[in-house]
Amino acid sequence: MSGGTSKFQSNIGLVNWIEHRLPIFSFMDAQMNQYPTPKNLNYFWNFGSLAGIMLVIMIVSGITLAMSYTPHTEFAFSSVERIMRDVNSGWLIRYIHVNGASMFFIVVYIHMFRGLYYGSYKAPREILWMIGIFILLAMMATAFMGYVLPWGQMSFWGATVITNLFSALPIIGEPIVQLLWGGFVVDNPTLNRFYALHYLLPFVIVGLVFLHLWALHMHHSNNPTGVEIKDEKQDTIPFHPYYTIKDLYGLGILLTIFAFFVFFAPNYFGHPDNYIMANSLVTPAHIVPEWYFLPFYAILRAFTNDFFMYIPIAWLMSAKLAGVIAMFASILVLLAMPWLDRSRVRSSKYRPVYRFFFWVFLIDCVILGWVGGQAAEGALVTIGQWATFWYFFHLIIVVPVVGVLERPKPLPESIAASVNGAPQAAE
Amino acid sequence: MKITKTLTAIALTGTVLMGASNAEAAVAGPKPPSLDWSFNGIFGTYDRASLQRGFQVFKEVCASCHSLDLIAFRNLEALGYNEDEVKAIAAEYEVQDGPNEDGDMFGRAATPADHWPAPFANSKAAAAVNDGAVPPDLSLITKARGSGADSAIRVSMLQPGGFPLGADYLHGLLVGYKDEAPEGFDLPEGKYYNEYYPNHSIGMSPPLGEDAVEYSDGTKATTDQMATDVTTFLVWASEPELEHRKQLGIKVILFLLVLTAMLYALKRKIWANVH
Repeated sequence: MSGGTSKFQSNIGLVNWIEHRLPIFSFMDAQMNQYPTPKNLNYFWNFGSLAGIMLVIMIVSGITLAMSYTPHTEFAFSSVERIMRDVNSGWLIRYIHVNGASMFFIVVYIHMFRGLYYGSYKAPREILWMIGIFILLAMMATAFMGYVLPWGQMSFWGATVITNLFSALPIIGEPIVQLLWGGFVVDNPTLNRFYALHYLLPFVIVGLVFLHLWALHMHHSNNPTGVEIKDEKQDTIPFHPYYTIKDLYGLGILLTIFAFFVFFAPNYFGHPDNYIMANSLVTPAHIVPEWYFLPFYAILRAFTNDFFMYIPIAWLMSAKLAGVIAMFASILVLLAMPWLDRSRVRSSKYRPVYRFFFWVFLIDCVILGWVGGQAAEGALVTIGQWATFWYFFHLIIVVPVVGVLERPKPLPESIAASVNGAPQAAE
Repeated sequence: MKITKTLTAIALTGTVLMGASNAEAAVAGPKPPSLDWSFNGIFGTYDRASLQRGFQVFKEVCASCHSLDLIAFRNLEALGYNEDEVKAIAAEYEVQDGPNEDGDMFGRAATPADHWPAPFANSKAAAAVNDGAVPPDLSLITKARGSGADSAIRVSMLQPGGFPLGADYLHGLLVGYKDEAPEGFDLPEGKYYNEYYPNHSIGMSPPLGEDAVEYSDGTKATTDQMATDVTTFLVWASEPELEHRKQLGIKVILFLLVLTAMLYALKRKIWANVH
């Protein structure tokens, strides 16, 4: 990794002995202590480290739960209740894990919208951004499979609905579904493979996070002005103690909100039906995924036979397949953000037109989430379809066009100049 | 900073809305009234006298059809019974044990370690004597019929149109029977009309007639009183950790608030020379 050159020195013989063979101390010193960080980061830059901490909380609480969980259709539900009732502090660990998933997604979504607002995905940080999208995909797969493990009604029917989506694919659809199920219905083999993958994927995420940080440290953090670091002395401050303490303060706030849900509203994000054991003979009235999937669920369901985005491709595929493709495309299209956005200015602070559309896009995503949680009836179908249209229209049309046509406001000379006000630039 | 605040506000509103919409899709039908339960709020606790009365209602009325699989006799100590009382309650019931050395199953008096014996051997047996309907297990009923009966904040307030509190729903159901279905409602043979049941047509006959039980503490056993007591008992059965959870939560949150305030002070001090 590039970044701050370490002035690391030690008086301790053992440290120097190790350092000579494996320069881990100078590495940590350069990347976590001296690491030059823009001095003007606002609190939205806290959410990256918060996401990392949430990942650790999820892994630790998850491994602890795994010690008392039984991945079998006959016992899974009651083993979770045994954790809640008979395992020492089991309820606490489970509620931390359950609500931690929601906190993790909240933090990551804010982190992503921050990236979109301040243009953090632009050169030379394209790969950094793309790794982030892969982390999101891995998180979604992990969360989905984790939700199946308690083997409640929503676990079972959610798994049935989502795995069935793959059957819309031509030729390979059926084999994929059978591979996911390990049979011809969602049953014990499904639960077992989901459990194995739910345990594996978080460590894949850890690997991706390492790559994410590596890419980050190559060119350092973006900042609210979007202007690159020009003079390390003027523009940056060392990560420690400035950002360690700022991140810790942010962590205190996150943990307080997190604790509120764990202790006083632990089932707020959950669904009552998941406290009923899975029953393949009784279908719940409405099958809804967890809240963090709702915008994507709305996109999936928007594709009905009379949806104006579907009609032009109706000769090619079924509405179901179009919906499945659109749902995956809604995330994958983000990979192209660095190239869709033609503007040379990063930060929306200096892009009034883009900024307006950013807020419209954010509201559009909230509308999609709201629609995704409702029964697909009446006006909601139309609202969901227009919101779906706008989601893709924004990313594929608005972003490139605004990038070319917009006249951005003048940028500050440097990070230091933006912090100290305009006079500095005149000096 | 203004942007920061707006973005945070929108993100939080969005999250809360999504949580709400997540809930909204589930239960149709009129909302039962929100009652002032003793376990509501961050300082909520279970009313011990109500728990014991509710246990009596469960034992004498509900238990003839409904199981309570997740509760062991030993758990009843949380209701305020001592060890000997729990032993005595358990001894009133017979459970199957075995196989013995001859390979035979045998009946014996229950001990505190045993779980509550189910009224039917299996769901087929339950359906056979209940017109094909299986009376659900009640161990998690208030969590499975509403938005966690436990929330400190009234979830029904935060989620307009969303789930009622599980406790409110259960109480509403128990007092919500009507002698006759409203005009135009086609009530199937053998079903009962209930105001709060999702499609109003419920297989369970009105379980709590006036004085269905005789309370030992002299409380008058009105339908509403019994419904309140048995609901309290079943909320406890769903969430036996509730009191401990809320009390620990207050300590944890106070600790985090102080810690966060100190971290903020430290942050201000360290950053003083940057700004």
